[in-house]
Amino acid sequence: MLEITEGSMAVAEAVRLCRPQVVSAYPITPQTHIVEALAEMVANGKLDADYITVESEFSALSACLGASAAGSRTYSATTSQGLALMYEVCFNVAGMRLPIVMTIANRAMGAPLSIWNDQQDSISLRDSGWLQFYAEDNQEATDLHYIAYKVAENPAVQLPAMVCFDGFILSHTYEPVDMISQEDADKYLPKFSPKERLDAADPISFGMYATPEYYLEFRYEIDKAVKEAAVAIRAAGAEFGKMFGRDYSALVEGYQLEDAETVIVAMGSICGTVKDTIDEMRKEGKKVGLLKIRVFRPFPSEDVAKALKGAKHVAVLDKNISLGAKGATALEVKDALYGSGIPVYDYIIGLGGRDVRKKDIREVVALAEKGKGDQFIGLRKEVL
Amino acid sequence: MADKSCELFDAGHRACGGCGAALAARLMLKAAGPESIVVSSTGCMEVFSTPYPETAWKVPWIHSLFENASAVASGIESSLKKQGRKEKVIVMAGDGATFDIGMLCISGAFERGHDITYICYDNEAYMNTGIQRSGATPYDASTTTSPAGSQSFGNKRPKKDMPAILAAHGSPYVATASIAYPNDLLQKVEKALNTVGPTYVQIHVPCCTGWGFEGEQTIAIAKLAIETGLWVNYEMVDGKVTKAKKVVRKPVEEYLKTQKRFRHLFKPKRQDAEIEAIQALADKNAEKYGIDIKIAKKE
Repeated sequence: MLEITEGSMAVAEAVRLCRPQVVSAYPITPQTHIVEALAEMVANGKLDADYITVESEFSALSACLGASAAGSRTYSATTSQGLALMYEVCFNVAGMRLPIVMTIANRAMGAPLSIWNDQQDSISLRDSGWLQFYAEDNQEATDLHYIAYKVAENPAVQLPAMVCFDGFILSHTYEPVDMISQEDADKYLPKFSPKERLDAADPISFGMYATPEYYLEFRYEIDKAVKEAAVAIRAAGAEFGKMFGRDYSALVEGYQLEDAETVIVAMGSICGTVKDTIDEMRKEGKKVGLLKIRVFRPFPSEDVAKALKGAKHVAVLDKNISLGAKGATALEVKDALYGSGIPVYDYIIGLGGRDVRKKDIREVVALAEKGKGDQFIGLRKEVL
Repeated sequence: MADKSCELFDAGHRACGGCGAALAARLMLKAAGPESIVVSSTGCMEVFSTPYPETAWKVPWIHSLFENASAVASGIESSLKKQGRKEKVIVMAGDGATFDIGMLCISGAFERGHDITYICYDNEAYMNTGIQRSGATPYDASTTTSPAGSQSFGNKRPKKDMPAILAAHGSPYVATASIAYPNDLLQKVEKALNTVGPTYVQIHVPCCTGWGFEGEQTIAIAKLAIETGLWVNYEMVDGKVTKAKKVVRKPVEEYLKTQKRFRHLFKPKRQDAEIEAIQALADKNAEKYGIDIKIAKKE
């Protein structure tokens, strides 16, 4: 049923439909609306979960870790500094192969303090072993939660997943969102029944330490699981499409790609602005297209290489930067296109909530076509 | 009642001979029994008991990080509640994980009132990383980060009063125990487990490697700590001390002399002022908990 609702409310409703047994989160802007909504659902008996009101994000994810290991479906949400405070726990959750799902309302990292959007927070956790999904709009943000649980809990995957959507730009925006029914959600997402859990009837040890004789193999297996999760993502996305008409089987999505000479690569809500700009430029006869990355971990290198095969210029928009190097997406795209001879230019854009306008996208296209890149877009030179 | 014949902490772990913490784990599990889930912090016990693929734990056991055991336990308790399961949730953490780095998490878990029992095995320093001082290290103990030297007598601060902090959180049952008094320890752990809400038992566990004594002396030294009043075994119910073990006190130096960590108080020369300061701490304990047995002198 189509409802006009705030992004955070839509996400909270999707989480409710996924029936987590334990929710643990700590308030932080701009994620707060989601967890407030969930707390209200618990208070009114609409969600049969234990909501643990922790004293920090660090404990939020630690409590989820315990609850997940004990056999419950768990949920948390955070952003920015809160995610940074979870850093240590994130690696631990992935290492213990616990299928926790967490929403990230993407926000910049301080200092300077900024409550506004970019994707530095979740990108900085790209090496932690979590699957990472990025949503373009609130429909996608909502749907990705069902898919995230389905993939994370798949016995062949057993990994945690982050569903990332841009703070404020999506989290606080009202859009029409089609919500599925509880009955359909239950059909799509069966009950969580892990093969192993903390259970007195069958005692096992979780989180033991590994000597150099074993550690390397543990890491190999996690890496393999993250990479192979692509198969489960495709299957879960296709099944979702079959049931609800919105197909998420692809890890990347093209827009006006077929004959595009200049291709923009982007992630998240910025893709909407890029699509509008492409529509305008197409009318002017410019052969411009978009490759949207929906899944950043596992990174779909082969899909990216295939999609960009015919491009003359590739312009990557990064709402993050690995300081001293480049944006994270550009580094991945360059790796994917290595040896192809296709030039890849990186543009750092929209950090800390700086508005990204259609004219910025036009500027990026013009720069890429001139062979200029690896730079910030929209710098206010007068304050430098 | 605790089944004393029950052995859920297996032999073959890698603790030092004479490790007080290993004994505490074994005793604790006798009181807890098999319907338990144990959460360990990073530390000696985690390392000596679970080198993959071996484990000494015959109950379900989990280790996540150094500082988050109480938050992990909160999540487990919450999950069990939703599943209608009845296992007891027990944290087993060292003093560094409890007094220092885990303070945020333990405060949160106790304030929220989870039904968990937190057991701190207190060996009074960071032993796993090589004997560095913690908030539980006693006054004047020499550790690798509070070494005694020409300008220092070792650790400059007395031990943090962790049981009082947790009692102030509204914990219904807080107790201290010692491996030198196993029956008392078993009873306290059992009582903590059978009390609804977050409960705390802090167990004094001498560390032969960290404190500097021979492994066969562990129990004797634990006993001396009680007999000198430097460690008091007591119980607090709803924030009030209801019971404390009474002793005929011995002078503190009988305890201090047994351990290398206090050797600088006697060699190269005896430091009377420092020994007096430590005696004053024991006297304060004795007064606070009323542990002195007064022997009536015969005329």
